[in-house]
Amino acid sequence: MNKQNNEPLAHIVKRAALPWYRAWGIRLLAIVAALLVCALVTTVTTGENPVSVYAAMIKGAFGTARKSWITFQNVAILLCISLAVTPAFRMRFWNIGAEGQTLAGCLATAAVMICLSDKMSNAMLIVTMTVAAVAAGALWGFIPAFFKARWNTNETLFTLMMNYVATQLVAYFVIVWEVPKGAGQIGIINQSTELGWLPQLGGNKYLLSIVVVAIVTAAVYIYLNYSKHGYEIAVVGESERTASYVGIKVDRVIMRTMILSGAICGLAGLLLVGGINHTVTTTIAGGRGFTAVLVSWLAKFNPVIMIFTSLLLVFLERGADEISTAFGLNHSFSDILTGIILFFIIGCEFFINYKISFRKAARKED
Amino acid sequence: MKKIVALLMALCMVFALCACGESAAPAATEAPAADAPAADAPAADAPAMKVGFIFLHDENSTYDLNFMNAAKEACANLGFSEEQFIFRTNIPEGQECYDAACELADAGCTVIFADSFGHEDYMIQAAKEFPEVQFCHATGTKAHTEGLDNFHNAFASIYEGRYLAGVAAGLKLNEMIEAGQFTADEAKIGYVGAYTYAEVVSGYTSFFLGARSVCPTATMEVTFTGSWYDETVEKEAANKLIANGCKLISQHADSMGAPTACETAGVPNVSYNGSTEAACPNTFIVSSRINWAPYYEYVINAVLAGEAVDTDWTGTLATESVLLTDVNEKAAAAGTADAIADAKAKLESGDLNVFDTATFTVSGDNLNDNIKVDADGHVTSYMADVDTDAAYTGDTEVVENGVFQESKFRSAPYFDLKIDGITLLDTAF
Repeated sequence: MNKQNNEPLAHIVKRAALPWYRAWGIRLLAIVAALLVCALVTTVTTGENPVSVYAAMIKGAFGTARKSWITFQNVAILLCISLAVTPAFRMRFWNIGAEGQTLAGCLATAAVMICLSDKMSNAMLIVTMTVAAVAAGALWGFIPAFFKARWNTNETLFTLMMNYVATQLVAYFVIVWEVPKGAGQIGIINQSTELGWLPQLGGNKYLLSIVVVAIVTAAVYIYLNYSKHGYEIAVVGESERTASYVGIKVDRVIMRTMILSGAICGLAGLLLVGGINHTVTTTIAGGRGFTAVLVSWLAKFNPVIMIFTSLLLVFLERGADEISTAFGLNHSFSDILTGIILFFIIGCEFFINYKISFRKAARKED
Repeated sequence: MKKIVALLMALCMVFALCACGESAAPAATEAPAADAPAADAPAADAPAMKVGFIFLHDENSTYDLNFMNAAKEACANLGFSEEQFIFRTNIPEGQECYDAACELADAGCTVIFADSFGHEDYMIQAAKEFPEVQFCHATGTKAHTEGLDNFHNAFASIYEGRYLAGVAAGLKLNEMIEAGQFTADEAKIGYVGAYTYAEVVSGYTSFFLGARSVCPTATMEVTFTGSWYDETVEKEAANKLIANGCKLISQHADSMGAPTACETAGVPNVSYNGSTEAACPNTFIVSSRINWAPYYEYVINAVLAGEAVDTDWTGTLATESVLLTDVNEKAAAAGTADAIADAKAKLESGDLNVFDTATFTVSGDNLNDNIKVDADGHVTSYMADVDTDAAYTGDTEVVENGVFQESKFRSAPYFDLKIDGITLLDTAF
């Protein structure tokens, strides 16, 4: 190597902010590259035509009116939980307990549906379910926040462990309420009377969740960007010391924000049990509490962009299901494709934030 | 230097991908238009019939594999083409099952089968919405009370298969007693169950009665895992039973946990859902399983002929719905195959009833208001919870002519008596 020049051939430099069109250009290229690698993997490992595999994915998500509705309903639930974790994330409070907070909401909803359906009118029952679900979710969010604010416990571990507590509580109550005896499952609650089932909007059983979450999305967007609370969250996120210095009560902001996070998760639980499944199981949240972390990060905590990131993830999942059905492939194969696509999408952020500089020529990699 | 080469190579790959990516992009967007007609076009020569199958897991679960093989066999026997049946795997026991059933109906299926107990309520929801489509649910309990023309349950008299497998187990115990490995009083069987659900209780009780019919001193310990599929827990449960002094293990759970634990410990195993001989060549004795192909063929033929489908259908030894695998001569006692054939003939002729009340007793804490016993502890009357409800009300007299009439009043098992000779180690689930 050249003795006079000890500079490496290439090194990584932090970029100044890229104009939006270049950043999105990089993201688009990443998706195209991901699809290409997926195509390669598909052809090599299964011998299927990758173009028809992609076609099947689109068909799986949007092939019929019902498929589209289900896709949008799934987007709504994932988005709702993603919206829930976002205020906490903006505050740099790593809430990975959305799964448990959602389950707490689910359990509270189911408990009201099972125990109180013969004790009050249906309208009153739904109000009680809503209050119970939101309160249960909020409580599940408040507990780790309280410990964090009081004793500075580690919120990541605490919220994570609260997930297991919630799962075990649900497992316990499933055995208490199981039908028939010994079956280990509750089944549809009030199937014949439909008591406590959330109403259908315009006769469409998928629409309610979508409308509710649309309202929540707008509310969270406004709350984060245009309210005093939202500003306080941002300041606490930047620096707790600065926040204290300017007179923000950091402890109160942490607890308030986590109550909000949990409450929105509880609402997602209400929709899952009261509006969609009408039962509760330990797997009803389906890992969405963790997927939500990804949705929120990919969108840089922006509620509007989260609509698209949650759509992307739900699309991949629904498409993956269709692939395993249409081509008789194992479900793991679609997981591999999803993994490749996510790898590229997350990986491309590196090229947006950094560039690789070479020793002499100012080559650009995008 | 190495670092630089690696970096360059990585960059080359990125460039190559980007370069190719641009040219490939249009092809990808054209895809749906090009592919859609091919997928939608019905095969010209096929009869106008399409069947959908919903499975809880995929072929990695022995339970679902058993259903998938049966579905393929039935479709092959009926001469169906690839386009005429759709498999939906990994469908959870939630709204996803309703969605999957509706999507199959949308896709033109006129018969839809689901394989898991927890699918039932969601199949009923779908059945209400698509009255012209037949919804058939294996292992369910509600068809006879729902009053829907297009919702059906099915099961098989698997307790007879368990009984026969129990005969093989009893003979093995006898052989080990004769070989002086343990005394007759120590002939204890271990059983790994999933839940305290009637299907499991009926299964282990019939297995035990089969074993005791040839080895009168046999006793049994049962433990429950609280899951239909949990390999680690099932393995640990089997190990616990072996440590408790169980000389032979059987199971009603869907993973390879118990069979492999037995193979490691060198303890004989009577399996379920299918042969585990490949993984357990030294300890596998025999396995019983339900063959669902006869049911699938029965329903499809009935629909093709425009006939009504039974609300509750129970497959039997005669319909070949209850099958035993070949006996593994290496592990089984001598004469096992003959003894099984013998008992099978008696079951089919009606000379022998698995739940003949003269062969078992119920006593002590296991008695309740629904059970009536005579002075010897033999059951004379039992009100079983046949019509599923949240309060588990005993609603149907199931003891007739000295026999507990299993699978008569509905296809799914309802035998849930706790008989003497069987010890339940835990009943949390």
